Amino acid sequence: MKPNTSNNKLFKVSRRDFVKIGAMGSTGLILGIPLACKQNKNTFLTGREDAVFAPNVYISILGTGEVQLIAHRSEMGTGIRTSLPLVMADEMEADWTKVSIIQAIGDAKYGDQNTDGSYSVRMFYHPLRVAGATVKLMLMQAAAQEWQVDISECKAFNHEIVHSSGKSFGYGYLTEKAAALPIPEESEVTLKDSKDFKFISKETVIYDLEDIVTGKAVYGLDKQIPDLKVAVIKRNPEAGAGLKSFNSDNATEIDGVSKVYKMEATAFPMGFNAPLGGIVVVANNTWTALKARDAVEVVWKKGINAGYDSNVFMEQMQRSVQKKGHVKRQEGSATKALREAAKVIESDFMVPHLAHSPMETPCAVARYNADGTCEIWAPVQSPQWVQQAVAAALGIEEPKVIVNVTLLGSAFGRKSKPDFVVEAALISKEINAPIKLLWTREDDIQHDFFHSNCAQHIKVGIDKNNKVTSWVHRSAFPSISGTASPDAKGPSSDELCMGVLDMPFEIENVSCEALDANAQIRIGWLRSVHNINHAFAIGSIVDQVAQARQMDPIDNMLDLLGSDRKINFAALVEGFNNYNVKLEDYPCDTQRFKKVVQLVKEKSGWGKSLPEGQGMGFAAHRSFLTYVACVVEVEVDDNNIKIPMVHYAIDCGVPVNPDRIRAQFEGGAAFGASLALKSEINVKKGAVVEDNFSNYHVARMADAPINTAVHFVENEEKPTGVGEPPVPPFIPALCNAIFMATGKRITRLPIKL
Amino acid sequence: MEKFTLNINDQKLSIECAPDTPLLWALRDQLGLTGTKYGCGIAVCGSCTVHLDGTAVRSCSLPISAINERAITTIEGVGKDELHPVQKAWIAENVPQCGFCQSGQIMSAIALLEQNQNPSDADIDQAMSGNICRCGTYVRIRSAIKNAAKNNV
Repeated sequence: MKPNTSNNKLFKVSRRDFVKIGAMGSTGLILGIPLACKQNKNTFLTGREDAVFAPNVYISILGTGEVQLIAHRSEMGTGIRTSLPLVMADEMEADWTKVSIIQAIGDAKYGDQNTDGSYSVRMFYHPLRVAGATVKLMLMQAAAQEWQVDISECKAFNHEIVHSSGKSFGYGYLTEKAAALPIPEESEVTLKDSKDFKFISKETVIYDLEDIVTGKAVYGLDKQIPDLKVAVIKRNPEAGAGLKSFNSDNATEIDGVSKVYKMEATAFPMGFNAPLGGIVVVANNTWTALKARDAVEVVWKKGINAGYDSNVFMEQMQRSVQKKGHVKRQEGSATKALREAAKVIESDFMVPHLAHSPMETPCAVARYNADGTCEIWAPVQSPQWVQQAVAAALGIEEPKVIVNVTLLGSAFGRKSKPDFVVEAALISKEINAPIKLLWTREDDIQHDFFHSNCAQHIKVGIDKNNKVTSWVHRSAFPSISGTASPDAKGPSSDELCMGVLDMPFEIENVSCEALDANAQIRIGWLRSVHNINHAFAIGSIVDQVAQARQMDPIDNMLDLLGSDRKINFAALVEGFNNYNVKLEDYPCDTQRFKKVVQLVKEKSGWGKSLPEGQGMGFAAHRSFLTYVACVVEVEVDDNNIKIPMVHYAIDCGVPVNPDRIRAQFEGGAAFGASLALKSEINVKKGAVVEDNFSNYHVARMADAPINTAVHFVENEEKPTGVGEPPVPPFIPALCNAIFMATGKRITRLPIKL
Repeated sequence: MEKFTLNINDQKLSIECAPDTPLLWALRDQLGLTGTKYGCGIAVCGSCTVHLDGTAVRSCSLPISAINERAITTIEGVGKDELHPVQKAWIAENVPQCGFCQSGQIMSAIALLEQNQNPSDADIDQAMSGNICRCGTYVRIRSAIKNAAKNNV
């Protein structure tokens, strides 16, 4: 989820476009422009193999029977390239073995393509069901017309329309006739009953599975086109600071180097589209480019962030949260209640900068053509944003930029920023040749859009009846908006709605406060975003509260969540942001919240006796509209932490592709293990200290949980996010388990025992 | 620039490149074998793992000039005619998420199972410790290795 920034226009525009397109659905055009819907009553079935039936932008049926489904979201490991097509396939009764998935280019006609914020399934589940069901209806109409029978005598089954007499037509055979029919109104379309689902909520393996295990899958870095040169860029260690001088003599002498030149830097805050600038090295192949880059001598300038030291900054933030901040949510009087409290539990919590470090570093192939068009092949999360950014950078119209989306070698939010693609496009134009831009791992870790470092203070008052009566939560962190605007002085309300302002506990006196902190390095959204910081602090203090109340942590949680209710955050917080959807449609329902807590208690063997050095910890957090409760088991031996088991209980509505949801939670726990145990970005004198996986540590096999079980709350609620929600509660659950095993409270990440 | 003849996936292939060119870039840029991935360039992430005479090595840090006659196997050379049992185990467990690191994971797993037909959890931790997966597919990689071991790779 991205906050409102000037560079976030696309997100908003796309959402509006989607709504507009969605509204067209009610007038008969499903999700876009009908491609072949001229009514022609004289069409007869001929079985022509070259016939095409494409009633909307997502679905085509060829005369051969092949069904082509568009994947308009980016595949970065969530399985979305499989999960949304299977929704269409299910409603249209397609045979999955006859389905081909076509990756969409960036184009507004597909609606929102920004694969970010864990909303792909949430936003498209219903419209794509309707799209599939409409196709099925039209095929039934075509068959009924041909047989001259009533449509009620026909049904769709596994790629055929079958008549009650037993005769049948294959989908391919019906394409010509179906294409001649008018597209029915959405009101005429019947969706399947959930008991009839063939793919939704069932196990479907990912479409690219065999290509991946045989090395055939094509990621951005693998894309080849004729005459492709390779480019790398030497960048100022301080983002946005330019260069004084450079000497490329040694570089250009290397055989195979075609050009070394200066790309202008954009001063900080440069936003998400602007290249960082530096010295561009273009060569015939990667190794030559890398060697030549090493050979370039550069004298960098110092910029406005040359004094940035992330440790000093953390100390400043930690000091700041000791005092009252800008109050963003207030109920009752926390000050008074704390004064009258029998016990006060309080702690600071610190989280460092983090890097995305997707396995595939940022990279892009760009070809600026003589006719003024530019073609891109790149692993990007938001191809429409890339299209806009590249068009603006090249000074050409958006339709002249064609953005082909490859597979993404993971992304975690890094590849939603178009900067690296803009760099590639500019280089291609400059050298007048197709190029592949490679970000090395050093480039990736040193020049990321970093996760906000954060200091928090939480203070909880307990009265003499052992009741929690007050809650004060202060959070200081540089805003993501600070990457684009010098006016962003600290956390925005949107950002605080990821954990602070959506605090769900039934406590009478509440004060949620923000403290200023300015961005001095590029800040970006990383998987789970500010929920990482806030769930860590809340999940940890709540465990301390349970201890102080001498209550079981799960009973304490259920008590804090309080009565069954849908929390009206809109009445408590000005401009409350519920992940960009209405609270009425996706409420924060404490009954559903408590259900995941109870389910994890039941499934995890919570409360079992454990040998010395072992512990179980619990935490629960709602993010991206999904309720997650987590129990982590640890073994601590001589400060060595092992995680034998993780249990998650989740309520994400209808689980559209359960295997991929489990995979997201297994992976989410491992991602959380990286952040909790390993990862830390330090900045000194404006430059990032870490530069590769040798010093920016992430979880490896032995650090990650050995087993992760995922337990679903079964319901028919609307589906909600699953990519990001696994991470936040895992970290405090782990910390609480470590406390049980060792008696040590963790208040700073990464964990150091 | 020098000329080298390499024995890759049972084929003799000739390339011309600088002698210090890492095998990774020769495979990817010159031979079109892009199944082997770049992840770090300093042999700490395992994405570029290939076999050199059956042993798992990091191709990003192996200069072409140091290879000589030794047999190189890449992911493209594994299970050329029929999927390798480890690849089958990967499919049975639906291991990959983004998939980018999986060539390297599979190459490390095959090398492990060739040396140790019944690896313990600790053996797996050790043999796979050089391969990072940022999606966090470790749980399934472990199961797939155990299942492949059970099926007598």
